[in-house]
Amino acid sequence: MKHGKDEKTTNLAFSDVISSRLGGETINLCYQCGTCASSCPVAKITPRFNPREIIKLTLSGEKDEVISGDAIWLCCSCYNCQERCPQKVEIADVIYALRNIAVKEGYIPNIFSEFASAILNDARVVKVSKFVETKRPTLGLPPLQPTGVNALRKILSATGFDKLQQKKEEAT
Amino acid sequence: MTSYALFLGCTIPARQPNYEVSARKALAKLGIELVDLADMTCCAPPPVQSIDLETSLSIAAYNICLAEEANLNIVTLCTGCFESLAMANAMLKADKQLKARVNRILSNAGKEFEGSKEVKHYLQVLVEDIGTKNLKQKISKPLSNLKVAAFYGCHSLRPSELLKFDDPERPRVFDDLIEALGAESIEYRNKLRCCGGLLRGYSDELALELAREKLVNASKAGADCIATLCPFCFIALDLGQLQIKSKFEEEYNMPVLHYSELLSLSLGIDPKDLALQSHKVKVDKIVNKVS
Ligand code: SF4
Ligand code: SF4
Repeated sequence: MKHGKDEKTTNLAFSDVISSRLGGETINLCYQCGTCASSCPVAKITPRFNPREIIKLTLSGEKDEVISGDAIWLCCSCYNCQERCPQKVEIADVIYALRNIAVKEGYIPNIFSEFASAILNDARVVKVSKFVETKRPTLGLPPLQPTGVNALRKILSATGFDKLQQKKEEAT
Repeated sequence: MTSYALFLGCTIPARQPNYEVSARKALAKLGIELVDLADMTCCAPPPVQSIDLETSLSIAAYNICLAEEANLNIVTLCTGCFESLAMANAMLKADKQLKARVNRILSNAGKEFEGSKEVKHYLQVLVEDIGTKNLKQKISKPLSNLKVAAFYGCHSLRPSELLKFDDPERPRVFDDLIEALGAESIEYRNKLRCCGGLLRGYSDELALELAREKLVNASKAGADCIATLCPFCFIALDLGQLQIKSKFEEEYNMPVLHYSELLSLSLGIDPKDLALQSHKVKVDKIVNKVS
């Protein structure tokens, strides 16, 4: 992953939009050999997912199909494909870039918007219940330190992360 | 004594007291001091990277800044936290422009990422600060006759270019640390394949199928237990077994333990002090073998 430009790239081809984004830079190197698909544990168990296919659709400009579809969310981010791609395409990162665009356009699966609210509220993806917190001393554990939720909110507002939830509401 | 800022993450304190207790006890016994810093947040794991990669890098960098201010390297227990933080640390150290962009974001929270610290998984600390040979000598209750299926998990190893943990196709670190405890680290089919943990919640069905494959292969190879390094792999395989039982009507009864629990047992820490009752699949068989 190298840096990408901020995108104000509405008129670019879809593959150029991806290659100008953080994570998406290497997509154009793909020559469709299929090594990624044959290393992918998810592709082995379901026809709903194939990383080579996702790259191909993206390169041929099938934006709607890729962005609104279910496939991009089925990658388990294991990075097997990325380790093995002979062209050094950063496939798992390309999929993150595709998901980032999907989210911006309002296609965010429920579980991911739950994660987003959890971070905004508690600075944690998984909440620690009061019950568990009060049990800590009985297990010999030190008290939990407070989270930096206020600092985090400033960061999330600087990147526009806090607005992404609204996007979902607009899209539905 | 070597000191580290402990990055605890969310899942361990929320759901796995057994992991936290055993790791704290074992590392203390080995002379590693863990410092709990205030104001740490979520590490910005794959679900956050999925929503916005640049935000996730900034969150990771914010946490590293706290360690930089305390002049400490970071140790993580969770492999997910390790990946998020180590990946961000390596990327930002390597790319000045990206670093400048992230620092612009961080300035809103009064922070600046310098790139002066390391992020280590606790296995790296065991290997680098204590050493496998040394560790062996500290073992008072060797786990002899125990066949352990080591499960590295994806995010300790990959992307290897950034994490630099071990050879991503033929790793040895974890196997060696299991054998240092006197146990046998066994080979099993598709040892390095994913547990499916990150698909839980989006597609439980596919997640369970991947977890099931690990359980089948470890069982077939004659493992007494599976050892994990990550709270997500642990949930996928431990709680996962109950879900697989109700969905596929298959019972594996495969104890899943964090490596730190095996380490604690072999260092002679009393099993009663390890919160072992929080395991969904009982681990008595293993504890009885040790004591
Ligand atoms: S392995 Fe790399 S080059 Fe081959 S199809 Fe996949 S992304 Fe393209
Ligand atoms: S990172 Fe995603 S696409 Fe690549 S092998 Fe893993 S599941 Fe498949």
